Amino acid sequence: MSFILTAVIMFGFWLLLSGHFTFILLTSGIVASLIVAYFSHELLFGDIDLKITVNRIVRLIKYMPWLVWEIIAANIDIVYRTLHPSMPIDPEMIEFDTNLKTETGIAILANSITLTPGTVTVEAKRDGKFKVHSIVRGVNMSGMQAKVEMIEGNRDV
Amino acid sequence: METRAIITLVLLGIGCFFIVVASVGIIRFPDFYTRVHPAGKTDTMGQAAVLIGLAVYEGLSLVSVKLVIIMLFLAIANPTATHALAKAAYVAGLRPWRKGEPRR
Repeated sequence: MSFILTAVIMFGFWLLLSGHFTFILLTSGIVASLIVAYFSHELLFGDIDLKITVNRIVRLIKYMPWLVWEIIAANIDIVYRTLHPSMPIDPEMIEFDTNLKTETGIAILANSITLTPGTVTVEAKRDGKFKVHSIVRGVNMSGMQAKVEMIEGNRDV
Repeated sequence: METRAIITLVLLGIGCFFIVVASVGIIRFPDFYTRVHPAGKTDTMGQAAVLIGLAVYEGLSLVSVKLVIIMLFLAIANPTATHALAKAAYVAGLRPWRKGEPRR
């Protein structure tokens, strides 16, 4: 299952990047994507439940517009703090726990924290403990945390 | 064509502005952890604006699809690299700067 899925995705990517539809290029594309899928399908998908994964991808796509807006806000904030003559910053390290269970969820939250206003992930542990460097005091992470937990759903795979 | 060129110019201008401000921030901020903030965030935004601008100029073609793919890869890789830098500094025992201390 994951083998076929990987091969199809690899071949689609090949077509997207090459843009040529001659016989020799299509054949080598099929051969190459089969070889890559044979070696790496366990790395890319492993043993997955297709329904849960599709649901997660849909929720991730719904999360994206909010994240893009947060990134724009983060950048305007950083530009303001950089160019302000007295540099209004007051950094601190904060630690908090999350209920994230999958590595993908932890990676999404860690990258989202780094991209959004005034915070950079310093440490993200497998058990959901986060350590974050914040450029101003008193940042609240719970909104984003809840959104990422929502993407993950309540399955622990 | 005219409007497309204008949109491209605006996006390229925004992107260049953010990248320049990020460079200023890396020099102005007081210590390693705060310097990582402009490097990780503002560069992501800057490169995204520049690459989207180029994709708009190119129109709907394979080249613009490739530009968008490059943008997505950078948008994932950049915060990850930032996190790796910050974590390396933390593991090495670098103490974060507090308000009122001298610049490092």
